Amino acid sequence: MAKNIIMNAADIRRTLARISHEIIERNKSTEHLILVGMRTRGVPLANRLAANIEGFEGVNIPVGALDISLYRDDLSSLELQPIVKSTNIPVNIDKKAVVLVDDVLYTGRSTRAAMDALIDLGRPHSIQLAVLVDRGHRELPIRADYVGKNMPSSRHEEIQVRLKESDGIDEVAIIPVPAKEN
Amino acid sequence: MKAIQQESRVSSKSKTETTTIESSWHHKHVLDLDDFTSAEIELVFQTTDAMHEILSRSIKKVPTLRGKTLVTLFYEPSTRTRSSFDLAAKNLSADVINLAASTSSVIKGECLIDTLKTLEALGTDIIIMRHPHSGAPYVAARHVKAHIVNAGDGWHAHPTQALLDLYTIRGHKSSFKDLKVTIIGDIKHSRVARSNIWGLTKMGAGVTLCCPFTLLPIGLDKPRGQFPEVEIEPDIDKALSDADVVIALRLQLERQQSGLLPSIREYTNLYQLTEERLAKAKPDAIVLHPGPVNEDIEISSAVAHGPRSLINQQVTNGVAVRMALLYLLAGGSHQ
Repeated sequence: MAKNIIMNAADIRRTLARISHEIIERNKSTEHLILVGMRTRGVPLANRLAANIEGFEGVNIPVGALDISLYRDDLSSLELQPIVKSTNIPVNIDKKAVVLVDDVLYTGRSTRAAMDALIDLGRPHSIQLAVLVDRGHRELPIRADYVGKNMPSSRHEEIQVRLKESDGIDEVAIIPVPAKEN
Repeated sequence: MKAIQQESRVSSKSKTETTTIESSWHHKHVLDLDDFTSAEIELVFQTTDAMHEILSRSIKKVPTLRGKTLVTLFYEPSTRTRSSFDLAAKNLSADVINLAASTSSVIKGECLIDTLKTLEALGTDIIIMRHPHSGAPYVAARHVKAHIVNAGDGWHAHPTQALLDLYTIRGHKSSFKDLKVTIIGDIKHSRVARSNIWGLTKMGAGVTLCCPFTLLPIGLDKPRGQFPEVEIEPDIDKALSDADVVIALRLQLERQQSGLLPSIREYTNLYQLTEERLAKAKPDAIVLHPGPVNEDIEISSAVAHGPRSLINQQVTNGVAVRMALLYLLAGGSHQ
């Protein structure tokens, strides 16, 4: 089981710096911006993007955390039930430009769930999507606005994102997983 | 340093195995708390925290149980338990049918199992059941495929009330360890007390029961290993001394025909929770009551509506706790 490291700590830092600039550039103003991290690893990523934007522009962007467990379309078919954590969005999202932040974009189903969850909380002006890794294999018509790294992968591989905040190390690796019968 | 490295390696491994975090939930039904572990109770608390956030929204609805059908089957009257389950299920987008024995075919003599089989044939996923006979939900669980939640069976158990009581206590106390919880009143007829004793002792709290001996369940004064150990103190002043939490129970007036008490007035004189008596408890002691309250019988109006009373908070927490339980039951797949 060879593990292939595709991003190290410096790569992740530079990538997040670039995405931060892209978010500022695309939204022109940071006034109505809010970053919402999808639990678990989207939350530290959103915090880092907000810290970068503060460093570049000197403005404090609100950061929220979104739990999508209650919006999943596969709850009754999962063997392990996800533990629901609190959703915590510090400001009203009405008329805000919301940037959803996640670690890996794969089938797009999590993003669909996250958009439904957000829309239940208010009527944002726009929803954008930022991901550290886009691994392909979309099952829904969803694309990211900000992509850290495009990483074409096989379904028999796992993209493992580890972050200092939750795992003690910054690293993105690709790991082969033995094929499972469907 | 080495130890820290090792620890971080272990945690990162366990966290990255799958995208969904494994929950420790293995119950198909919620019948009582005797078969719950403290970890499972803690999982209910964590899930309840998430449900509270939904209750704070302007639109209190998530699609989690869309397409699932829930029936509340009540053979006894109820205000808060039934409406709380109804609301919890609706907040999670389940379809709800409310059945009361008094307005159903039960009146025509349909037996419990036939009623349950009918509900099963209608495609019911979850049955919330209240029944005057202890053990009835266990019979139900053996006969239908649906999830059964015990909403009170006879004198036996009322697990969701106990969980919301525990959750309410958790919101006000830093830990269950070394808490002195005093339960006052009609313990004999109280399914709430029985489930609370299981839950509280599992979480590490100490439980003191205070009531006349005629209202004490047989066998509780001599634990035989099957039932958790509790203190029994018939003197209310001693029982309240240094208490952190006081749970007052409703005197079940409908069950007092058999001469267990000389008179309601004597009971009130000896066991009513009053402000003077409550002063013996710790200064930050909290007061719970499962409702409905017989004001100025088991609890004085001043205490029931006083600053330490959490009676209304219990009702609000009840909706969130029941949402958590419905999610945990009907969410993942169960073998």
